Amino acid sequence: MPVIEICGPGCSRCKTLAERADAAAKSLGLDYTLLKVTEMPQIMARGVMSTPAMVVDGVVKVQGQIPSIEALAALLSGTN
Amino acid sequence: MTNETDSSESAITIPLLTEPRRCCGGGGCAVKPEPSQGSQFLKQGGWLAIALPLWFLIYHYLQPFANYLTMNVFGLDPTSHLGSAVAFFLYDSPKVLMLLALVVLGVTFIQTFVSPERTRDILAKRAGAWSNLLASLLGIFTPFCSCSAVPLFIGFVRVGVPLGATFSFLVSAPMVNEVALFMLLGLFGWKIAGLYALTGVSIAFVSGWILGKLKMEQHLESWVMAIPYNAQAAADYKMGFTDRLDASIQGVREIVGKVWPYIIVGIAVGAFIHGYVPEALMARFMGKGAWWSVPLAVIIGVPLYSNAAGVMPIVQALLGKGAALGTVLAFMMAVIGLSLPETIIL
Repeated sequence: MPVIEICGPGCSRCKTLAERADAAAKSLGLDYTLLKVTEMPQIMARGVMSTPAMVVDGVVKVQGQIPSIEALAALLSGTN
Repeated sequence: MTNETDSSESAITIPLLTEPRRCCGGGGCAVKPEPSQGSQFLKQGGWLAIALPLWFLIYHYLQPFANYLTMNVFGLDPTSHLGSAVAFFLYDSPKVLMLLALVVLGVTFIQTFVSPERTRDILAKRAGAWSNLLASLLGIFTPFCSCSAVPLFIGFVRVGVPLGATFSFLVSAPMVNEVALFMLLGLFGWKIAGLYALTGVSIAFVSGWILGKLKMEQHLESWVMAIPYNAQAAADYKMGFTDRLDASIQGVREIVGKVWPYIIVGIAVGAFIHGYVPEALMARFMGKGAWWSVPLAVIIGVPLYSNAAGVMPIVQALLGKGAALGTVLAFMMAVIGLSLPETIIL
């Protein structure tokens, strides 16, 4: 069960990424958990420097970008 | 079954990761899109080959078309107040929007090659004044969301980027807006665009350099250096040409879709200035003779609800009415760099 974390202090870009990641995971029919990481030390601990970022099971997949739902689905499709 | 925590609810704090990070080296985090197919390339290449010449053709005939509409369709005298305002609006709206689309296409394309992570790795190897200069220049093009300022700062400092260079980057990134730079180039030529870039880069360079000399490192809060930080390799996409082009077209859609109402408002203000504000008044308030014109322009600019593209027509109209270049640039940089509304929109 993949854990998808969206890192960012909570600006509109982070919300957009969270929505798209959610839609992408749903479109794949994944059994997943979506979490938001908003605390700065927590974001840094994941090695993320530019937000918004998507971390899946501890691996940074997206940094400082908002990919399309399809691109996010491609990123998520390897996880189960 | 979907086990989902509501994303719109309050923030959830997650305990630090304890297991070793499965970090992928050498760009392993990157998305690996399917190899770009030849047909896709041809399709997009063909699309560009038609769209670009068409763009220049339309752009070239905008002025006569706007004049024709004003005189023959609306029956206005182009030398009257209303007529010149309408002509300005009809000419500038499509012009600025078209220019914006082209500029965003180009800038987004360039930005697929740069990322804050890559900038960080370039800067980590430098020291001294060169690092400040390089940081100021990279600040222009590195895509960067203002919410990222704090993690970016920590990330830079932690991998050994000098504090001064970090500041240079953080000053230059919002102050010299890459879209505004190329809009200025398209609308007013390289002298004004160059002056804009030079002003911003100099300020970023000097302020970062001074901060670096002050040896502020010891004043960093201790937690900045204490929190675990695993510098990640640039997670930017391994992209082929078509992917970069795709990203650029998407960028145009998103940015133009977001800012066009502000541009129209900006053009309306510009058109009003163009048609109704007498030159003598403008010269008195914003001309070279008035020493207080620059600070005043900054003070007026800060609360203005505008952004890089929206302010362009206003700049154009002000310059056309004989306002001093320095004053107008101060006004523009205040609107773009200090504007609170834009920070909120982002």
